[in-house]
Amino acid sequence: MSETLLFALELTISGLLVGLMYSLVALGFVLIYKASGVFNFAQGDMTFLAALALASFVVKIPLWISLIVVLAIMLILAMAVERIVLKPLVARPPLVLFMATIGVAFFLQGLAQGIWGTQPRGLELGLADQTYDVAGMFISNMDILGAVVAGILLIALVWFFQKTKTGRALRAVSDDHEAALAVGIPLRKAWGITWAIAGIVAIVAGALWGSRVGVQASLALLALKALPVLIIGGIDSIPGAILGGLIIGAAENLAEGLIGPAVGGGIKNFFPYLLALIVLAVRPYGLFGREIIERV
Amino acid sequence: MKTTYAKDMELFPIPLDKAGFVVVMVLAFFVIPLVSSHYMLVSIFIPFLVFSLAALGLNILTGYAGQLSLGHAGFMAVGAYATVVMYNRYDVPIPVALLGSGLITAAVGSVFGLPSLRIKGFYLAVSTLAAQLIIEWVITHVKWISGGVYSTIDIRALEFMGWQIDTAAEKYQFALIFVVIMAFFAKNVVRSRIGRAWMSIRDMDVASEIIGISQFKYKMLAFAVSSFYAGVAGGLLVAFYYGSANIEEFHLLVSFQILGMVIIGGMGSVLGSFLGAGFIVLLPIFINLTISFVNHRIVDLSKVFTLDLIANVENMIFGALIIFFLAVEPFGLARLWNTIKDYLRLWPFPY
Repeated sequence: MSETLLFALELTISGLLVGLMYSLVALGFVLIYKASGVFNFAQGDMTFLAALALASFVVKIPLWISLIVVLAIMLILAMAVERIVLKPLVARPPLVLFMATIGVAFFLQGLAQGIWGTQPRGLELGLADQTYDVAGMFISNMDILGAVVAGILLIALVWFFQKTKTGRALRAVSDDHEAALAVGIPLRKAWGITWAIAGIVAIVAGALWGSRVGVQASLALLALKALPVLIIGGIDSIPGAILGGLIIGAAENLAEGLIGPAVGGGIKNFFPYLLALIVLAVRPYGLFGREIIERV
Repeated sequence: MKTTYAKDMELFPIPLDKAGFVVVMVLAFFVIPLVSSHYMLVSIFIPFLVFSLAALGLNILTGYAGQLSLGHAGFMAVGAYATVVMYNRYDVPIPVALLGSGLITAAVGSVFGLPSLRIKGFYLAVSTLAAQLIIEWVITHVKWISGGVYSTIDIRALEFMGWQIDTAAEKYQFALIFVVIMAFFAKNVVRSRIGRAWMSIRDMDVASEIIGISQFKYKMLAFAVSSFYAGVAGGLLVAFYYGSANIEEFHLLVSFQILGMVIIGGMGSVLGSFLGAGFIVLLPIFINLTISFVNHRIVDLSKVFTLDLIANVENMIFGALIIFFLAVEPFGLARLWNTIKDYLRLWPFPY
């Protein structure tokens, strides 16, 4: 293998593993969108909140207890969002709901930093970071753990949405709030469940992200990377989120490694968005998204 | 009773409004610069004017034409750097530089508005987010614009046809002229054929296309006009407020703040843009004053709450206010103001 090719391959692999993390955050977005038609801008800050809470508990109490405590926090949060934010906004245009979640994002960021401080923290999950040498490339066990967890989550969620009655009800809610109400789906319960699941995804993503890059406010901004993932994968597709994340992760790493030096670097920040714009031009609803047909 | 179309379209249907407007203008132009301290002008009135203009731009796009943009701080950055480059290097008179950078920003904004022809809603939000990040990168990495990675360029002393604009009051008045003219222009554009076309796109784009409103023309126009405002606001921000163009001042969070101004002030209202901007500019000052008041007079807050909580209370209040206004008063402070006005006009016989 030539030197460049090996370099490119290494970039691709490490990019794919980072991409899995993007997928996890994107998964939270997709879930809420699929189940309530809300584009939840606060997913990144939920991830940040979960990671920060976990990081501050885990130094004092055992990991499994802190996980339960964080889980409880996220469940309470889900209920609060449903009660305070979503309930007054039933049957309002999706754009309004989207902007409301921007408000939630600001609130959560303030809350998380207000309680646990603004200093960056490390998150120790009690897992030694080991790297394995696979055919000349280095792969860490954290990455493999991330991949396994993401895989399990993916399968569980696809099963939930396709096969269970609750999952079907949630899909109906995302289609049309009022119609779902009319056929007797308890809208508020459905929303509560969705946000709770998104909260759980946020914990998983926050724990994995946090243990890799540390917990700080930029974590919430990093989660913005999930947005081009959604565009590429399609905003309402769970497999799309996973595949989109992998594509973005690999593509941005390759771009930074191969094109970056020629143009002065730092293109990792916006390259995913550029890619998303190109995809939008060709397939406005992403690779797996459902086309919206509008009638007057 | 309104008997003519001219009467129906009147800018000030109530005589008292006209008088009130004149009073406000006199106050704004002559009384405020006379009576306010340097601190008041620099930290309240000038940012208020500049952000009003930015909010007005976003309001045209989001409130009237229904297209969401999360890249408005990026557009402001384009205007800011364009102004500095034109004024510093090419000796363009400052008003011309401001308008010129508005035009440049309008061109940039239209390019990033192109996706709006095929996509909408969240997809559009993401593509405008792309605009923000791409603009940030271009400004920091193209040396011709920003002079390198630190990307800070100071603007040289302000001067226009022999007039040295160096005191805060003069800067304020200069900015005010721009803001008043552009607000008038906006108010009239949104009442015109163009404004009605925008609102039809906002309310239902499929239907408006069917009745023959060119989506391409009016969406592009909305992006162009909106970014023109953002560009001029960015130029004003640099020339009359910060004194230097620095990419850090046009962070993504600023885009959200401007969106917050539009929501809190009132979507689809020119007046609302001003109210919202005033609210957001005053909010941190108000919070700080309250905290220090409580600290000194009532109880030492640092004993009750942690410092972190006090430092972050602003974010929390900002977020909570956005939610509150969306839920309770979707048309924002502007609607609140109209409600009060109508109540007072009919008082004491509301029937």
